Amino acid sequence: MSFTESTETITGCNVRFMRGGKGAPLLFLHGSSGAARWAPFMEKLAESYDVIVPEHPGFGASGSPEWLDGMSDLAFFYLDVIDRLGLDKVNLVGGSIGGWLAAEIAIRNETKLNSLTVVAPAGIRVKGLRKGDVFMWNAEATARNLFHDQAYAEQMLATPPSKEGLEVILKNKLTTAKLAWEPRFYNPDLHKWLHRISVPTLIVWGDDDKIVPAGYGPAWQELIPNSRLEIIENCGHLPQIEKSDRFVQLVDGFIREVTR
Amino acid sequence: MKFYFMHLMPYADLDLSYDEKHDSAWVTLPNTYFDPKRGHQLYNRYLDELEYADQLGFDGICVNEHHSNAYGLMPIPGVMAGALARRTKNVKIAILGRALPLLNNPLTVAEEFAMVDNITGGRLIAGMVRGIGAEYHSWGVNPAFSHERFQEAHDLILQAWTQAGPSIFEGKHYNFEYVNVWPRVYQDNPHPPIWIPSQGSSETIEWAAHPDRKYTYLQTFASVSTVARYMKMYKDVAAGYGYEATEDQLGWSLPLYVAETDEIARREAREHIEAFLQKFLRMPMEMLLPPGYTSVKSMVGALSAKAGHSMKQTIDSVIEEGKFICGSPATVREKLEEYQAQIGFGHLLTLLQFGTLPAELTRKNMEIYSKEVMPYLRNVTAKKAA
Repeated sequence: MSFTESTETITGCNVRFMRGGKGAPLLFLHGSSGAARWAPFMEKLAESYDVIVPEHPGFGASGSPEWLDGMSDLAFFYLDVIDRLGLDKVNLVGGSIGGWLAAEIAIRNETKLNSLTVVAPAGIRVKGLRKGDVFMWNAEATARNLFHDQAYAEQMLATPPSKEGLEVILKNKLTTAKLAWEPRFYNPDLHKWLHRISVPTLIVWGDDDKIVPAGYGPAWQELIPNSRLEIIENCGHLPQIEKSDRFVQLVDGFIREVTR
Repeated sequence: MKFYFMHLMPYADLDLSYDEKHDSAWVTLPNTYFDPKRGHQLYNRYLDELEYADQLGFDGICVNEHHSNAYGLMPIPGVMAGALARRTKNVKIAILGRALPLLNNPLTVAEEFAMVDNITGGRLIAGMVRGIGAEYHSWGVNPAFSHERFQEAHDLILQAWTQAGPSIFEGKHYNFEYVNVWPRVYQDNPHPPIWIPSQGSSETIEWAAHPDRKYTYLQTFASVSTVARYMKMYKDVAAGYGYEATEDQLGWSLPLYVAETDEIARREAREHIEAFLQKFLRMPMEMLLPPGYTSVKSMVGALSAKAGHSMKQTIDSVIEEGKFICGSPATVREKLEEYQAQIGFGHLLTLLQFGTLPAELTRKNMEIYSKEVMPYLRNVTAKKAA
């Protein structure tokens, strides 16, 4: 596995980074289960990109800063991160609440972005289209609802977490609650400003997503003018894990197409 | 020592086979299980029981706050306190609630408590809690901010009670240009007694025992060893602050059943306490402990403890642990005398109705307790104090 780990202090918060590969920068923003490991899709993307994977403040091995009260804080924080790392023409990719975060960053300032990819993003509400209540699910229900192919769930459940692992799971859940408990997994204002996103945008969704239903895909596509929606069949909430080849192919193809 | 009759007002007519279809009596149990005609009868029966405690010579009666469940039917405890304020003459009325972080405007509590305090001429005891975890699911309030909202709401209420209005309140979660609560509290020197019920938390004890507060810490439904540990912690914290905690600062709340003999007591209480333990209290960990409700460290502890012994609580297990006191008057006297001497609590809150315990057994329990247990313990503790 070709990546390095480092810890940087940015805006008073220690942030753990994984980084690997060469090429244009690709900043991946993880979802509510964090980014403890360098996943196969990161390795594949690292063949063509400089893949940068931070753990958000309040998640995993990163610090929990006093200033973190909500998604807006995290969005401004990542503008600091982009400045601090001196990144330009960034391909921003985020899954679940990381997708929500990516959109919050883009509506604030997209001058350093080359493209945006949101994967099953939380962040908006379509009335009547209910999201799964991840805060009410136990470990088994969570694993089962994350994936379409239950073999992935079985694999996840086969190795119960260590005490340290459990601490990380609970820490991630606490920060997820901070960001998304109420209003549940959305920002009531976000939908009003998504039209400001003008960088080319790819929206990816699994057709069998039990956390943020795929019915949200068309709503996102409608709100972001320059966007394309790709639905992956037989896939749950984590296309980058469950259908990693297809996911990498879609993201890579999209970035190549929009980068002149 | 002072004696209180505590009520939860459970929906005692609950179809106990609900758990074949639903995993909890909280949050998601359909409210179609509640029949308002039975509800009408239960509310009036329970209010009668609380009023009866006044006649039997209890020092206080306690109402409670829980939401969206069959375990306790007092989502707005002030309604009960208001009804009791006029129908009782001597007892203190403890409202244990209110769950401050659930409220978007904590001044409603400052007002509600002040009204009850005025009507009763100062018989109010003001409870302040965070609510149990399930409430954060039912009310949609973010548990990650539970602690900070509790602190801030408390500060706001205290300001409303102790500073001349109008005053300004500048917080993170709450902001007011004009804090100016009418009526002022009747017990205004400096404010009504404040009780902090808790399932056991060192952070809560540190806070309640602080010399600026010296609030009564109330340990709810826990084994005797847990009660002893937390009350010792309170005394140690107080000593650390340079003062000695009085018995008035320590209270214990638990279910109790006393009958003619040990055998009768167990026989009569069994199905009702087991309904309380196995049906009314039933809820998964995700409901009980939402993220942020306790620290990550305590949550890891709770989850590992649960994995260790996920056994069902029975009448025998809770009697063994001292979570439930049950027996003849002699047995109950002996246990309470021993625990009081050992732990040193000054307020004893007994839940003399629990689960499905019917009206006639509740009254019998109250009568035997007030005639054969309370006077004896009053004497013993008065002598000790003298």
